[in-house]
Amino acid sequence: MEKKTKQTGIQSEAHASDIGEKYGWKEMLHQMWKQNPLAILSAVLIIAIIAAAVFAPVIAPYKEAQQDLTARLQGPGMKHLLGTDELGRDVLTRILFGARVSLVVGIIPSVISLIIGLILGMIAGYFGGAVDYLLMRLVDIMLAFPSLLLSMVIMYTLGRYANSVICIFAALSITGWASVARVVRSQTLSLKESVYVEAARSIGVGKFRIMFRHIFPNCIPSLIVLFTLNVPSCILSESTLSFLGIGVQPPAASWGLMVNQSKQFLFGMPWLALAPSITIMIVVLAFNFLGDGLRDILDPYMQTR
Amino acid sequence: MKRVLGRIAGMIPVLLGVTLLIFILLRVVPGDPVSILLGEHYSQETIDRLTRVMDLDKPLIQQFFSYVGNAVRGNLGESYTMKRPVTTLILQAFPSTVKLALMAAAIAWVIGILAGIIAAVRQNKLLDHLFMGMSLAGVSVPIFMTSLFLQYVLSFKLKLFPLTSDGRLISLILPAIALGWNSAGSIARMTRSGLIDVMQQDYIDTAKAKGLTKASVILKHALKNSMLPVVTMMAIQLSSMMSGAVITESIFSIPGIGRLATSAIQNRDMPLLQGTVLFTTIIVIIGNLAADLLYSVLDPRIRRAV
Repeated sequence: MEKKTKQTGIQSEAHASDIGEKYGWKEMLHQMWKQNPLAILSAVLIIAIIAAAVFAPVIAPYKEAQQDLTARLQGPGMKHLLGTDELGRDVLTRILFGARVSLVVGIIPSVISLIIGLILGMIAGYFGGAVDYLLMRLVDIMLAFPSLLLSMVIMYTLGRYANSVICIFAALSITGWASVARVVRSQTLSLKESVYVEAARSIGVGKFRIMFRHIFPNCIPSLIVLFTLNVPSCILSESTLSFLGIGVQPPAASWGLMVNQSKQFLFGMPWLALAPSITIMIVVLAFNFLGDGLRDILDPYMQTR
Repeated sequence: MKRVLGRIAGMIPVLLGVTLLIFILLRVVPGDPVSILLGEHYSQETIDRLTRVMDLDKPLIQQFFSYVGNAVRGNLGESYTMKRPVTTLILQAFPSTVKLALMAAAIAWVIGILAGIIAAVRQNKLLDHLFMGMSLAGVSVPIFMTSLFLQYVLSFKLKLFPLTSDGRLISLILPAIALGWNSAGSIARMTRSGLIDVMQQDYIDTAKAKGLTKASVILKHALKNSMLPVVTMMAIQLSSMMSGAVITESIFSIPGIGRLATSAIQNRDMPLLQGTVLFTTIIVIIGNLAADLLYSVLDPRIRRAV
């Protein structure tokens, strides 16, 4: 029995590596470069931005919260490449440090909603019946909400009790898992009928073992795509919440908050709002291009033309 | 007809679930609304009296059912800060949001469908890549950025439009463009892929073989069938438009539902927040249902299958 279980384990790995064989990492990169050079460039850009965020204290021209009240609201120039804000803080420095908040807020809720969505989606798809019905109605309910309004309600509730960044994690994870669950469920439904799952089941492999050893590995490609496309939408949501003044709270800096703080100077000093806005746009675009490229390669189910 | 009724009945659990979820989310924390209402200085007696008046001493489940009972009759409670019924406030604000959303939708559909058709006809040519790049950019630009940009360039610099909303239709054009821009991108992609799909089918070859011009093949034969997924898309957009309206309304100071929601959060006005979120979500659910039904009207294959 023990032996047989192991064998099916190997089988499923063989199945997983089948996909790997078809597209080895190098080949995949090569193919992507040929098909979609923008996706590769975006990946490079994303890595560069992550590096910039990590090494912000080293590369930033000024200290994080360094104020210079003699040099307030200056335009872009040699001393301050992107100008200074109303407290004389260097905008470029703030954008570099803001990247830490904005990227973390993009990535962590995406991971959390991916995990919740994966587990609930697999359970719904694999068990079917009443469990499936109830979970999918819950998904319907979550998807019925305009996401921004739901996040606003969550921020309202948690906002007074926890750190604003943690509240945003909660808000974006709660609003994000439902669409992941839906995709995972539909994949589980079709994988459940595949021969190797049937084989595993017939020799008595447990339900949860089948889910994690046999179904989960085959969901990974779509999970990667979902993740890559979820990150930019989280970054956008965070920046929108912060822009409305109900997201990240000062003194922490995020790009959305920077736009919020500079909108009062919009007509006199538009560059103050422009720099963080453009940063958001570039990062979100890069993630979207990468996600699109990955989808074309990894995920025949979700392909769009 | 049976199907329509079935679908409407199927909506009820979702509606109840949505209401319950908002209800719970707004009450899970111990910070009780009475202290928000009273501010800093108050006596224990006042707290007790208000708690009783507001039914906050009753069990949560009882509170929920009385809220639902009242909501069905159109009573969503009274706003803490504005001291007026939430329903009145919402109904006053709703027309502004509807006007904004309709204009945004019109802009999104016209731009999106046109760009989609052009991209499909010029598939893999320069114009196609340009439009698809722009559509991805459209989805990636935060709405507040588009709004601020339009406000700065067209209102402030060129003085073509009023800076903020003053009730006239012209003052809604910029917010509508900002709001519609995002949706236009996804509609364009959808139209393009649908059209490319349909163009490969046999009946299109027949139409071409009959000697019809390319324009007539696309407009008369292909477009109609490729529009089906776009209809569903429009319903999905309704939800994101309601989210987007919160931002554009705040930037252009339009007195709509989104403004109510943001002011409710800023003033910690729980009944108002609860009412606006519930109302908006119901609108989205009804919109989705309508699109679903419209879909089956438009596509005879589905109509017969049910």
